[in-house]
Amino acid sequence: MATPTSKPAATAGTNIKHPSGDNRFKILEATMKRNQYQADALIEVLHKAQELFGFLSHDLLLHIAHSLKLPLSRVYGVATFYHFFTLEPQGEHSCVICLGTACYVKGAAVLLAAAEHELGIMPGATTADGQVSLSSARCLGACAIAPVAVLDGDINGQMTVERITARLVALLGS
Amino acid sequence: MDLAELQRLGEQHRATRKSIRIHCCTASGCQASSSLLLKQRLDEAVSAAGLNDTVQVVSVGCLSLCGAGPLVEIQPDGLIFEHLTPDDAPAVVAALQGEAVPQLQRGDPHSSFYARQLHIVGRNCGKIDPEQIDEYIAADGYQALHKAIHELTPAEVVDQITCSGLRGRGGAGYPTGLKWATVAKSPGSVKYVVCNGDEGDPGAYMDRSVLESDPHLVLEGMAIAAYAIGATEGFVYVRGEYPLAIRRMEIAIRQARKAGLLGSQLFESTFDFKVEIRIGAGAFVCGEETALMASIEGRRGTPRPRPPYPAESGLWGCPTLINNVETFANISAIIQHGADWFSGIGTEKSKGTKVFALAGDIRNTGLIEVPMGITLREIVEDLGGGLPNGGQIKAVQTGGPSGGCIPAALFDTPVDYESLTKVGSIMGSGGMIVMGPETSMVDVARYFMDFCKDESCGKCIPCRVGTVQMYQLLTKIRAGQATNTDIELLKSLCQLVRETSLCGLGQSAPNPVLSTLRYFSEEYIALVQAD
Repeated sequence: MATPTSKPAATAGTNIKHPSGDNRFKILEATMKRNQYQADALIEVLHKAQELFGFLSHDLLLHIAHSLKLPLSRVYGVATFYHFFTLEPQGEHSCVICLGTACYVKGAAVLLAAAEHELGIMPGATTADGQVSLSSARCLGACAIAPVAVLDGDINGQMTVERITARLVALLGS
Repeated sequence: MDLAELQRLGEQHRATRKSIRIHCCTASGCQASSSLLLKQRLDEAVSAAGLNDTVQVVSVGCLSLCGAGPLVEIQPDGLIFEHLTPDDAPAVVAALQGEAVPQLQRGDPHSSFYARQLHIVGRNCGKIDPEQIDEYIAADGYQALHKAIHELTPAEVVDQITCSGLRGRGGAGYPTGLKWATVAKSPGSVKYVVCNGDEGDPGAYMDRSVLESDPHLVLEGMAIAAYAIGATEGFVYVRGEYPLAIRRMEIAIRQARKAGLLGSQLFESTFDFKVEIRIGAGAFVCGEETALMASIEGRRGTPRPRPPYPAESGLWGCPTLINNVETFANISAIIQHGADWFSGIGTEKSKGTKVFALAGDIRNTGLIEVPMGITLREIVEDLGGGLPNGGQIKAVQTGGPSGGCIPAALFDTPVDYESLTKVGSIMGSGGMIVMGPETSMVDVARYFMDFCKDESCGKCIPCRVGTVQMYQLLTKIRAGQATNTDIELLKSLCQLVRETSLCGLGQSAPNPVLSTLRYFSEEYIALVQAD
């Protein structure tokens, strides 16, 4: 039996089918349903949506707003507030340079400059061919093996300019 | 589930353990250096040597000296191997059989890095498999929860926590017992327990490690808290940047629910408690309690003025108890061993131990748990082993963007809440970054201000505008274009932002600037032009 809470009752939200028929919307639907279409699940839903689609397109945000019966401004506001969410398509590969304090003391700024130079883009951007997205992170909690770079989700510790350059060259060539 | 069954489960699990356990760290740090593959190779090597009957390879949490990962510890001998590669697996197994393996790098379990530590929060870290509830139960897990429910009244639990002298480990050091008592007294039939795992301070990863190494310890602490204050529902809020911590916490919640240790009528009592996990989305300000609650409610993580405090009006307007991961991780030990035992550790006003993430320019980087009152010198010199290439350490930074830099001259300062505040820093959540002689302190101050200006949520003007102005001034100073007037302006801005910002982020944002101005003013002066 559900524990009584004083959360707003789940009156909002209904199962709205997306006209595209894309299967990923079904999975997203399941997440919303599991959360009973409650407004407080917005962040979980956005996480799931980004995991499925890679980024949060305006169409996707509209769909979520309709499904959770929330104003689009609220959904857009939350999606743009949190660094984790991106409204732009991401590259095939990702390169994240950690700029936490330990990494910073260990020369992360030089690593980032090398990555910017190699890719010819600034953090937050994607190379013109859509291959690699570059970003910086606040701290990944891998401070003992600083400086850290994350390439396609794999944490690489004790990174050097030579190693990051070589890895990026390989990514660009792939 | 009753006590006999819990003990039987523990007993059963202990009986299945093999006499030799190879503990392979699979926390995030070691995973980054291929420890998962190493574990797989160790399994294969044990099978190949025909030792499956006596030896088992166990995936464990943090083994402390993260900088020397991947780490493997052999129990019961206590042998430690550092910097292993997956190819070293057969050699590790050969070492078990008494062969000489000079190619492997051995760690010294008796070195002061290990010997000076005292484990309360980390007592199971690196010893149990965090993804197996039986391992936690076999280490006497959930017995404190049973004791709380069946031997103590909620008021007695609060009393125990109050008498223990435990203070909030998130950084501010508010007495935990007092907070619990306030929530317990607040009227309302629905109350919540929230675990703050939004460890945003750059350079701090204690909470990640606890969540990855021993998630049940945190759940048990939350359940005891819920019993004490009269809550039936809890939330664990974990940073989105910690995927492994999230996964292990999800597994732990699922296993505890299945075992009847979370859910309804725990230990056949009338006490119900269920826990949900909430994943952060990369906003530093969400570590602030009112912002964190807004985020749990699915909104933008902007703080609101206090009072009312969450203890009176928190999640959905209900009384809410918010404690840090490490605070909850201390609870079961206090209930099990008593408040007197806990208050016997530490200093007069700061009891127990504190976990620090030791990183930066230091030989031994990793996670340490030390008794309160230990001096900074003991930490950086004895445990840390000094600078990697020798020489004089310049400063230690504690408390992240809310803390300050403590110069070498003050390294005899004991680590407790009051002493660190007195020298212009704070205990903080536990990041401890060591800085060598090459580090420019102006640069460090600018680095933290860059962080604060980016992370300011923008709700209140002093923080939103002030941090940008201070950042620009620091940039000007670093570029050698500033005058003494700019320094004076910077100082007055620090005071303004500190006193008029809405939440802790803005109120503490000037700390790194003020502490570096206080102890390293010569570095500022050297960069300033004559008026």
